[in-house]
Amino acid sequence: MNPTASPVRRQLHPPPVPASPFPYNPGSLLSASDLTLEGISHILARATALENQDPLTRDRILAKRRVALLFYESSTRTRTSFELAAKGLGADTTLVSSLSSSIEKGESLKDTGLTLRALGAEAIILRHNSSGAAWLLEAETRLPVLNAGDGMHEHPTQALLDLRTILAHLDPVTRTCNPNKRPVILSGAHFSGVEGPASPTGGQHTIHEVTAETLAGVTVSIVGDILHSRVARSNMLLLPRLGARVLLCGPKELLPDLAANAGPGIAIERNFETALRQSQAVMMLRIQAERLAGLALDLEQYKANYQLTGHRLATQAPEAIVLHPGPIIRGLEVTAGVADGPQSVILEQVRNGVAIRMAVVERALLPTAGQGGRA
Amino acid sequence: MTALVIRGGHLIDPAAGVDGPKDILLKDGRVAEIAGPGKLKFANGAAVLDATGLTVAPGLVDIHVHLREPGQGYKETIATGTAAAAAGGFTSVAAMPNTRPVNDSPEITRWMQAPERGASVRVFPIAAATRGSKGEAINDYAALKSAGAVAVTDDGYPILKDNIMRETLAAAARVGLSVIQHAEDTRLTQGSSMNAGPMAFKLGLRGMPPEAESGMVERDIRLVTELRDARVHLHVAHTSTAAALAAVRQARRSGLRVTCEVAPHHFLLTEEHVGFYNTNAKMNPPLRSAADRDAMIEAILDGVVDAIATDHAPHAIHEKEVEFENAPNGITGLETALGLSLRWLHKEWKLPLGRVLSLLSAQPAALLGLKGRGTLAVGSFADVVVFDPKAEWTFRARENKSKARNTPFDGWTMQGKVRWTISEGRIAYGSE
Repeated sequence: MNPTASPVRRQLHPPPVPASPFPYNPGSLLSASDLTLEGISHILARATALENQDPLTRDRILAKRRVALLFYESSTRTRTSFELAAKGLGADTTLVSSLSSSIEKGESLKDTGLTLRALGAEAIILRHNSSGAAWLLEAETRLPVLNAGDGMHEHPTQALLDLRTILAHLDPVTRTCNPNKRPVILSGAHFSGVEGPASPTGGQHTIHEVTAETLAGVTVSIVGDILHSRVARSNMLLLPRLGARVLLCGPKELLPDLAANAGPGIAIERNFETALRQSQAVMMLRIQAERLAGLALDLEQYKANYQLTGHRLATQAPEAIVLHPGPIIRGLEVTAGVADGPQSVILEQVRNGVAIRMAVVERALLPTAGQGGRA
Repeated sequence: MTALVIRGGHLIDPAAGVDGPKDILLKDGRVAEIAGPGKLKFANGAAVLDATGLTVAPGLVDIHVHLREPGQGYKETIATGTAAAAAGGFTSVAAMPNTRPVNDSPEITRWMQAPERGASVRVFPIAAATRGSKGEAINDYAALKSAGAVAVTDDGYPILKDNIMRETLAAAARVGLSVIQHAEDTRLTQGSSMNAGPMAFKLGLRGMPPEAESGMVERDIRLVTELRDARVHLHVAHTSTAAALAAVRQARRSGLRVTCEVAPHHFLLTEEHVGFYNTNAKMNPPLRSAADRDAMIEAILDGVVDAIATDHAPHAIHEKEVEFENAPNGITGLETALGLSLRWLHKEWKLPLGRVLSLLSAQPAALLGLKGRGTLAVGSFADVVVFDPKAEWTFRARENKSKARNTPFDGWTMQGKVRWTISEGRIAYGSE
């Protein structure tokens, strides 16, 4: 029998859901949805300003302030860029990782956070394998907490750096992303050791003031293991607020139908070619083997349907930019040719990570910097 | 034992069909006499409780609590858990067997009822259905029953194997015990910490599909049907999904002895109340969708639900101050069940007071065959709750009698303040 068939005899007024108390600290960045459009604009503007600033004056901004990096999961990009970002502003950083600390002895996240606070940490950057860990840490320490990835949930700075990357390639007139748009290098580009043709450090057309229309007409496809991806969740919360349409693409095991209900501006397109044809930006995701939890996946079938190959890209989306949050598994979700090819902006994303994280760390420790007036 | 008189109150005893001003004489742990106001003839020296303006009702009966003893006294003890029960108006609690060790023996069953435990109200052990609750070997139900067990269950560890569940139902029926099933197909819920749905996706948590509950209820009902034995009684614990309720409703129409209980959190809250990883909103079965919650309310109002049971599941504070996925399941319930039921079922959704009280006393007592409980008919146990039905108050977890604080109802407005709880003629709780 149909459980929904019994008629509701009266209008029920159940207890309301209480409003969220988060974030407790205005300097925290827990979720991409915590930010207003003004707040996003501010971070983008500060990212460019800080990137272009003389490092000798920049490192006075947070001189000797203490920032802790608390990492329960391995990380290359996020950890290094947060560390470089905090140090670039003059802060002292300390890294606590689960394998070389009392976490191994069973110390709880709460106690670890309180210990870091007692040691003088003024902000904590947290990477954790459990969804929601950043909320717990913030509630217990009340410090500014920067969520550097919590389980399968969110990775807000990744979404911001992805946004910065997309905006750098966006033609505001045609609403297309031009992979060849390489903004001029300004004098303050300091990570020139990173290989790549040029550093996209805020050319004249780079957009800093975002509105609900900034990405109107732009379709971003997020492809692959959506279910286990915090990058996907943060991007699908952030990009539609600027007017983008987010197409989620992947097999049912990695992309449940209800993902389309996660927020406005999100749709599911199971056919990769169809998604590609509509996209100005394509974000490829790694299959998170460590989170599959026994789910058996036919990798050959997966590659046949969802691998981004040079042929697929050339025939379906020759103008789109290709993003990937890393780590890339070459030959699985993307071919080496695509990863290294002219449409790939993967290393620009990495560079943008440092700029965005400088802005976010500054916002955490200088409360007035969050108000939008500094840039 | 001295006599106790409760005078001037309004007696509601749904099982006896009484709803009016009455005085009551309690003597030797039993209800000795009931009479109209001022008509009781009692000996001088009897203690008198003035219940003017208050409701007098049978002590409440909770057939689903976790008292944590033996083995986990840091979470709760039989003494603190029953003190919480008394404060909440309960005089009978049925204690689940997921203790350490599991209560699968007459020795533990008797230990739990021993006077040394310091219980404020009567504890009725529910014994494990299988050895160690491992779902493999059936326990000696006759021996457990004579030690005082009132039902069998592997609560928390559902019996998955068809043949073991069938055997459990048949063996329990032979000795006149009910089988309580925590309906969850654990093959579908591995690693999950909340209801499967949009909220779980949003929070990046693995979800328990509603089918894991309803599928198990349907399987159990099929087994009851196949047994063709009128003595078989299946009771579905903490029903949380519309589909499971529908299955129970259908079974009942077919004349099967299948009953169900609903916990206050499942008729009040939804998965949205998990908010940002509130571990005090984590329990099993989890908070479900709004449609499921509404189905619980409807089923209570239209009489399909047989009992309100709290699934009182105390945990130490530090156990809940962890990552959501790592937090243990469960919330306390004994001190909020009456206040929430009166505030919402009665005041908001207009369920008559007598029906609310019946769901909290007469019906659960009858369901487990607790003789002389859940009614104040002359000769019954002197288990009484006296409360002010109109009083509103705010529940503060830090002031509760339970050892634990894990409740999503901290700071909520309650209706109906317990004035006295009397267990077998003794005042087990009194508020000023």
